[in-house]
Amino acid sequence: MADALLRLDGLRKQFGGLAVTDGVSLDVMPGEIHAVIGPNGAGKTTLIHEITGIVAPDSGRVVFGGRDITRLSLPRRVRAGLARSFQITSVVAGFTALENVALAAQARSGTSFRFVRPAASERALNDAAMDALSEVGLAERAQVSAGALSHGEKRALELAIALATRPRLLLLDEPLAGAGPEETERLVALLTRLKSAYTILLVEHDMQAVFALADRISVLVYGRIIATGSVAAIRANPEVRAAYLGEDETC
Amino acid sequence: MMREAWLPLTVLLALAAAPFIGFSASYEMTLMARAMILGMAAVSLSFLVGGAGLASLGHAASVGVGAYAVAILDAHGVTDAARVVPAAIGAAAVFALLTGAIAIRTNGVHFIMITLAFGQMAFFTASSLSAYGGDDGVTLYSRTEVAGTRLLEGRLAFHFICLGALALTWAGCAMLLASRFGRVLRAARDNAERVEAVGLTPYPFRLVGYIIAGAFGGAAGFLLANATEFVSPAMLSWQRSGELLFMVILGGVGRLWGAILGALAFVLLETWLADLTPHWKMIFGPMLVIAVLVLRGGLSGLVERRHG
Repeated sequence: MADALLRLDGLRKQFGGLAVTDGVSLDVMPGEIHAVIGPNGAGKTTLIHEITGIVAPDSGRVVFGGRDITRLSLPRRVRAGLARSFQITSVVAGFTALENVALAAQARSGTSFRFVRPAASERALNDAAMDALSEVGLAERAQVSAGALSHGEKRALELAIALATRPRLLLLDEPLAGAGPEETERLVALLTRLKSAYTILLVEHDMQAVFALADRISVLVYGRIIATGSVAAIRANPEVRAAYLGEDETC
Repeated sequence: MMREAWLPLTVLLALAAAPFIGFSASYEMTLMARAMILGMAAVSLSFLVGGAGLASLGHAASVGVGAYAVAILDAHGVTDAARVVPAAIGAAAVFALLTGAIAIRTNGVHFIMITLAFGQMAFFTASSLSAYGGDDGVTLYSRTEVAGTRLLEGRLAFHFICLGALALTWAGCAMLLASRFGRVLRAARDNAERVEAVGLTPYPFRLVGYIIAGAFGGAAGFLLANATEFVSPAMLSWQRSGELLFMVILGGVGRLWGAILGALAFVLLETWLADLTPHWKMIFGPMLVIAVLVLRGGLSGLVERRHG
């Protein structure tokens, strides 16, 4: 078995008396889409915060590419190759789509403590940004202010920003949240395209999308992973059905 | 760049032409020098507020620190620009480094309050410098000498030195904001979380920006000390910081050169009203409030809409 790209090892986080993350262990293998599903309050958001360094776990480790990153800040994790998208869209609204992505390209290419040359005239950054925008189908919207993009376009822009950091792992926090049916369809098609090129940890509510995209699924309930397996195995798992899918019409 | 540059260049050219088209009386030249120097301070503050999103209420302190550097060196007989200018800029930059290192850890209202507090600390420190006039301030023995000459004594020469310094401040801040460094500052102003998520930490960028603005403020302080040949704690007071912030807002926060317009308008209005009535502040205050309410985007926004 190959080494996992991301390994969560016994993560535990307590808020007051409540163990929000209660010993979570999970592997993301290179090249796979690993989805984490779970009902509201299962601890998905806290888990993401622990992976991205916003919340420090009380115990346990986050190992990324063989390196313990449990205590690294978010920017350092990103520089190590862990890109994330946000549950609530987060772009620089006052920048064009291109400049949003160029900022990410800039972060990956040399120091940003450069004071003289106009950043907008740096060909290498603009080219890298255009490549990422093309990858998500936003090339024609490059010069549009990010604040003026539609919700679905903003979600795609977030993906382009993440891609421009040249990540080894994409951590997608509910990339379909708030998207309408058509937008969802487009985003799922986009994620399907990205699937062949990237390793993805997907946290998502939309069951149909998860079943369509994921290679493996982990089910998080009350801070614990109650099952990990293929799509078929998870769908058939009686414990999962009882805990989660049973309440869900989409199954 | 050129398209956006012609408006500020027009303002700078008008200032260059002013002494030759009938504004060469002593008091007019004094007034313009003051406006240009305050314009420098306001542009560097606009770089912070509009560019980096750091609304400092202590920017007059960096101007004052620069001015006091001139006064203190003067009291010890050091009047050579080659030493005084770096000292004034350096002192203000160090002040910005020490206070900014702490202030930039905070956000929003807390940042405003902590810069205000540091400004007041500088004010009271200056007030307690009894060797340098204490509360009363201190008069310079002479203006700073440039390469052994009394260049700054010449009214016209001083006018163009202030104008050159103002132009450099504006061009320098504009260059910085357009650079990679400035892009990070602007992005962090809008969305710091996003900047972190692409792998950059805003703090060091903001701190360097704060130091640069402080250094420009110190340069303005050097000129202000030479313009008035007098330095007092009042230069560092929070009211002065408030006025600078007001010039920025009056000129339009989104435009660096707006601060030049803001400073000019502020100084001219203040002088004109003070001539009319001793109770000029009763008129000045409401006028400023109305200006902010009516002029969205400030004076620069107004000019840009006119000339689309």
